[in-house]
Amino acid sequence: MKNPFEQLDRILEHRVRLQIMSVLVANDSYDFNSLKEVLNVTDGNLATNLKALEKEKYLTVTKSFVNRKPNTKYKATEKGRTAFRKHLDALEELIKNQR
Amino acid sequence: MKQTHDYQHDIASIRAAMERSSKFLSLSGLSGVMAGVYALAGAGMAYYLLYYPQAPYGSQPHIPATQAGIIRLLILAFIVLILSIGTAIVMSYRKAKRAGNSIWNTTSRQLLVLLGVPLITGGLLIITFIINEYFGLIAPACLVFYGLALVNASSITVKEIGYLGFSQLILGLFAALLPGYGLIFWGVGFGVLHIIYGTVMHYRYDS
Repeated sequence: MKNPFEQLDRILEHRVRLQIMSVLVANDSYDFNSLKEVLNVTDGNLATNLKALEKEKYLTVTKSFVNRKPNTKYKATEKGRTAFRKHLDALEELIKNQR
Repeated sequence: MKQTHDYQHDIASIRAAMERSSKFLSLSGLSGVMAGVYALAGAGMAYYLLYYPQAPYGSQPHIPATQAGIIRLLILAFIVLILSIGTAIVMSYRKAKRAGNSIWNTTSRQLLVLLGVPLITGGLLIITFIINEYFGLIAPACLVFYGLALVNASSITVKEIGYLGFSQLILGLFAALLPGYGLIFWGVGFGVLHIIYGTVMHYRYDS
């Protein structure tokens, strides 16, 4: 059997990144401020982790303006969804094995 | 290396992030109770306008065909609507603020769309009923469209909203079956049910 530890996604082992992907998988798209509120993290922390996920192509970014205020929306990509699902499967496997 | 409880913590944080991001939980139960009180007061006044000093419900109302009577009823309905929506917004805003959330976010916008489509469609349809003088259909249509709106929105908020929606739907269909008792059904739906479900939500979720 494959070692479930190897199945864990290294990018998603970070709690904030894992939570960002959870939100994006559960919702069609999500904007920066709403994400910040749901996850209760600072601007800088959120921005850094969003950048990291964008670099991995786990999410796409759309920038627009609403009433002249910048509004940045994030959407999970197919790659991101697959990675998230695999990571969840691995977590489940690990917990099952260690019980 | 991480321990099992770390992974369990990871899973708990996923669950929390998904739930909080996709549900609007700031809805105030007490504002539901208030809406019920306004509705009952409104229904009482409408009853007075429609039937006083004539016979009890079930018999044909004696005025509504006059334009002044209809306008008075519409103004009354409008006041009840504005008071209810206003109270819901103010009290939900306070509840969200206490929890450190804002009331204007992705989920509340979704909630408005889910509620708005059936409510505005229903509202416009009811205006056509008024124009065409199909007065008997107004109360059932209010209940049915409000019920549909709530059922529609229940997926992104507390589950009681769905139960309230189904109750309104059933009541609306019975109201359509028994024309002449519209105001009574309307009072039960918008008044009594709001007070019951609002109280339940208040004890379960308001804190």
